[in-house]
Amino acid sequence: MIKSQCLDIKSLEERAMVIRRHVVRMLAKAGSGHPGSSLSTVDLLVALFYNKLRHNPQQPAWPDRDRFVLSKGHACPALYAVLAENGYFGVDKLDTLRQFGSILQGHPSMKITPGIEISGGSLGQGLSVGLGIALAGKLDKKDYRTYVMLGDGELAEGQVWEAAMAASHYKADNLCAIIDQNGLQIDGFIHEIMSSYPIPDKWRGFGWHVIEIDGHNYKAILSAYDEAEKIKGKPTVIVAKTIKGKGVSFMENQVDWHGKSPSKEEAERALAELK
Amino acid sequence: MTEMIATRQAYGDALVELGEKNKDIVVLDADLSKSTTTAKFGKKFPERFFNMGVAEANMMNTAAGLATCGKIAFVSSFSIFATGRAWEQIRNTICYSGLNVKIVATHSGVSVGPDGASHQCIEDISLMKTIPTMTVVEPCDAVETRKSILAAVAHKGPIYIRLGRAAVPVITKKEDPFSIGKASALRNGKDVAIVACGALVANALTAADMLSKEGIEATVVNMHTIKPIDREILVKVAKQVNAVVTAEQHVLDGGLGSAVATVLSGNYPVPVEMIGIDNRFGQSGEPDLLFKEYHLLPEDIVLAAKRAVGRKKK
Ligand SMILES: Cc1ncc(C[n+]2csc(CCOP(=O)(O)OP(=O)(O)O)c2C)c(N)n1
Ligand SMILES: [Mg+2]
Repeated sequence: MIKSQCLDIKSLEERAMVIRRHVVRMLAKAGSGHPGSSLSTVDLLVALFYNKLRHNPQQPAWPDRDRFVLSKGHACPALYAVLAENGYFGVDKLDTLRQFGSILQGHPSMKITPGIEISGGSLGQGLSVGLGIALAGKLDKKDYRTYVMLGDGELAEGQVWEAAMAASHYKADNLCAIIDQNGLQIDGFIHEIMSSYPIPDKWRGFGWHVIEIDGHNYKAILSAYDEAEKIKGKPTVIVAKTIKGKGVSFMENQVDWHGKSPSKEEAERALAELK
Repeated sequence: MTEMIATRQAYGDALVELGEKNKDIVVLDADLSKSTTTAKFGKKFPERFFNMGVAEANMMNTAAGLATCGKIAFVSSFSIFATGRAWEQIRNTICYSGLNVKIVATHSGVSVGPDGASHQCIEDISLMKTIPTMTVVEPCDAVETRKSILAAVAHKGPIYIRLGRAAVPVITKKEDPFSIGKASALRNGKDVAIVACGALVANALTAADMLSKEGIEATVVNMHTIKPIDREILVKVAKQVNAVVTAEQHVLDGGLGSAVATVLSGNYPVPVEMIGIDNRFGQSGEPDLLFKEYHLLPEDIVLAAKRAVGRKKK
């Protein structure tokens, strides 16, 4: 039942390259979607799904599985690619992203995609769902853990802080938030549009254990996941500094690549870099 | 004298009864547990009761998370906050995911009274019934409330149950059958049908008595499920009486009346007169005075019935 491959860092980096290539191809094929937002999450997702989560792709509803909630649902191309590479569904399905009749909707749909824990797309809602899952785990005396990934722009949603307060109040130490702090939101840089900084201080103020890392450094990511698991009596947040569009030079840190799919030529240039 | 009990009181009692039998039931409230009466459950089963504080959006999604793990999550607050503040959470996370969350909200309608317009939710039927896959129920009394809470547990998926603050007469009996989506006629007449929900069912029965004295015999349908609405009974009574009145403690836009009119216009068009709140907010005052001000009294239903009868094709 328990699946956690524990790959070495070099293998994880290789997987990440495969995932990033999928993301670029999927979005080029779909003709729409969010490349920048997807690419910044890849290393955090790869480390989690290959080395940390207890899950069983053959039995997505296994009651004792660890849960992952993608609160920044628009980054689902990266999650879909990770799920496919883990065996939740065929890699061939990735080509159908955002098409009519596809199991891969533009934003996550738990009713049609294996491995999706909750439907998403509307920002600000995932941490509350993760809290509910964590509370159920405590009630049922199960030791599964729940991870929720949020964006740094998403932190402007008031509901995130409602959830942060409640998770701390209920001492949800089986809950781990991961913030993909790529410094950008749709309309521009976080500090220009609506600053959520300083992010760590806010979470500390809400009673969370805070770990700050480089979200593209596997050693740091893995040790943060391990540390989070050991913290008792309070939830943990991993504030991961990332680069939006990571891996494709012309997309990196560019506001324009939030929600624009690459043309055929751009995709080829991107794939040439992702080797 | 008919017994008077608020539907919200029956809710708290039903939760305690169910909590005993079903360990999967969890209850969430947003700092209104004494008013919604979920505190009764909280007292009995503290480990399965979550007071989420004044944070309705978070509460809705926490319930969603609990439901993904097999819990039957009851979520309560006042109607305006549950359905208004957290509408998008209900739509995008609960309904779109098809989760087993039971939203039971109290303090709907102007019968909330002195708290005034901010707390008198008269839009919730409409807000909830527009969401694909949502079920919407408004029981007419305390006895029916207990049955609807039991039915909500048996029902797979999301449901909205609309309850009131003020005491209302008990007009149904323990042994009357109840199932979601299946309405019943509380009395039968040949001239007009009054289709009502919630507190307006009692007023419809009084109106029918008044009409009878004037030689107009009315059927009264208790339409406790507004969605999915019982098309069969609507078409059946429309064919029998050829004139319909709807009555609800809700704005006319998108409520019971519009649901009834939709069914009849597509199946058996007859004159429909609607009793409800016409494009106004509520205000402070005692419920009886507010019912008068907003034309929700039996007298108002009588006038509407006469108008409907007058519009029948000769
Ligand atoms: C409630 C809600 N409001 C607006 C949007 C539109 N939207 C999609 S992504 C986004 C910006 C998110 O920024 P951030 O959380 O930083 O994500 P990332 O940078 O990783 O893309 C917005 C406003 C949405 N999906 N949900
Ligand atoms: Mg961002």
